[in-house]
Amino acid sequence: MDKNRKVHQFKNPVLNWIEFRLPIISYFKKEYGDYPMPKNCNYFWSFGALATITLVTMIVSGIFLAMNYTPHTDMAFDSVERIMRDVNYGWLMRYIHSNGAAFFFIIVYIHIVRAMYFGSYKYPRELNWILGVFIFLLMMATSFLGYTLPWGQMSYWGATVITNLFSAIPFIGEGLKTWLLGDYNVGNATLNRFFALHYVLPFVIFGVVGLHVAAVHVHGSNNPDGIDIKTNNDSVNFFPYMLIKDTVAMCAFGIAISAVIFFGPNLMAEVDNYIPADPLVTPAHIVPNWYLAPFYAILRAVPDKLGGVLLMFGAIVILFVLPWLDRSKVRSCNYRPIYKWFMMGFFVNFFALGYVGMLPAEGLYLLIARVGLLYYFGFFFIITPFVGWIEKPSKLPLSISDVYAKNIAPNIGGGEKGIPSPAMQKDTNL
Amino acid sequence: MAKKPKNKRRDFLQLSTVTLGAVGTAAFIWPFLKSMSPAEDTLAAGSTEVDISAIEEGQSITIKWRGKPVFIKKRTKEEIDAAKMVQASDLRDPQDDADRVQKEEWLVLVGVCTHLGCVPLGQKVSDMKGEYDGWYCPCHGSHYDTSGRIRKGPAPKNLDVPPYSFLNDNTIKIG
Repeated sequence: MDKNRKVHQFKNPVLNWIEFRLPIISYFKKEYGDYPMPKNCNYFWSFGALATITLVTMIVSGIFLAMNYTPHTDMAFDSVERIMRDVNYGWLMRYIHSNGAAFFFIIVYIHIVRAMYFGSYKYPRELNWILGVFIFLLMMATSFLGYTLPWGQMSYWGATVITNLFSAIPFIGEGLKTWLLGDYNVGNATLNRFFALHYVLPFVIFGVVGLHVAAVHVHGSNNPDGIDIKTNNDSVNFFPYMLIKDTVAMCAFGIAISAVIFFGPNLMAEVDNYIPADPLVTPAHIVPNWYLAPFYAILRAVPDKLGGVLLMFGAIVILFVLPWLDRSKVRSCNYRPIYKWFMMGFFVNFFALGYVGMLPAEGLYLLIARVGLLYYFGFFFIITPFVGWIEKPSKLPLSISDVYAKNIAPNIGGGEKGIPSPAMQKDTNL
Repeated sequence: MAKKPKNKRRDFLQLSTVTLGAVGTAAFIWPFLKSMSPAEDTLAAGSTEVDISAIEEGQSITIKWRGKPVFIKKRTKEEIDAAKMVQASDLRDPQDDADRVQKEEWLVLVGVCTHLGCVPLGQKVSDMKGEYDGWYCPCHGSHYDTSGRIRKGPAPKNLDVPPYSFLNDNTIKIG
């Protein structure tokens, strides 16, 4: 084809041989070697890498679990117990997988909080945000499908309640529900297809994550000050600086998840799920996994079936349009004196919703859920558009290096000399 | 640019190709979608005969029909009166008690909450029966009365009455 194509030259002839035929070496060098990261990025920026590692861990542990799992209503529960008791290290695989799911959500929630607080969803990263919300949706679907597989009481009744949400849709609801279940109630047909979908969706997630990462690499990562990289002085190369920083974060994460896997593997599990599924008896208290609880609280806060379902799905869908609801050009909440507090209020509110979502929907809890619901939607529809309009943001630094110049004592004389800036010697291509 | 007649001819070819392609794709997808609907053996799930001679007045039993719980209750005089006294027009899902039973002491219901499909409590003596002394769904707090009608809570409809018939005084056939 293009005989004049400029081929990147490496010292290693094997690399050159590959590079000439498939320019994958220079791709990795560009995207994961020389890739410029804003030098002010804090540990919040490690959660994307952590999420990727967790996704891979989930896929690997899941494949090994699938080797011993039987997706049949008569055998599913027993096959999971066999994994726990008889299969070599089966208990470890299962505890990694079940707690890994919970940690995956913890990481992704922190990742989302980071994106919201520091305004990463704004121009030019809107599509990146949309892909992220899409990943979040896929994750919720996958975790719901996976929770059905052990075929305990919570599995069965969780699946029943969630699939019944679709029956709230006028006219086609009942038919749609029956089609999704493959039966008139949750049964063997349902378990079979849930297993098939639970196996395939993580690979779909993996693909969308690829797009998500590719998209962020186009304009580069945002940073705590929400200002663009202007010169090489503002950035450090991904390798080795950010890789080392991410590795430190990964060690801390590894310690945290190991502590739970080995010392409290059932902390986040529901006791009722160790009782085999019984279609004739509903547990007195159905609770979702904690990471879905805020949305469950919204569902129950509404005293109308269709209304509750619409608001619950609406609470997720609204995230897609956040970049257009926020009219402020300033990304980071560090420079938004009013919105900052509403944003923190949003996080606290989300936490409170999750808390009451795990408790019975009555009395004070129901009241908290309703106030939380109002704030949730009020934040998006009223606070976000209007605060951006009336708020006077604080003065943004001229550049990322300028942030450090201010932080360092004046007698050093203009920051740059005081801190090492390895990127200075390298030619980074933005 | 090409002349008009030629353009029309090309448009026609393009449109018919795309249409045929779309129809073909839909025809190809349909069997896959349809394969997810209930299979023939699932649809063929039959009927159940129940011996009701041993049920005492005020007692209620749960049997399994097509994978779902069915409540069969022999109602007391007070329960029948309570169910009859209600004005149907005051209800969320208006229905007279007489339209929900064949013999007024026998109440037959599908024991699945019409909100999100949990099994309501009220079958056992020790169960919570809700504010209307019928059934209470613990999942999201729906209250049903002694005729299985929704009275309070998020459920939109009364508990379903399955198709059933009395084969004789002691046997009910459900389905």
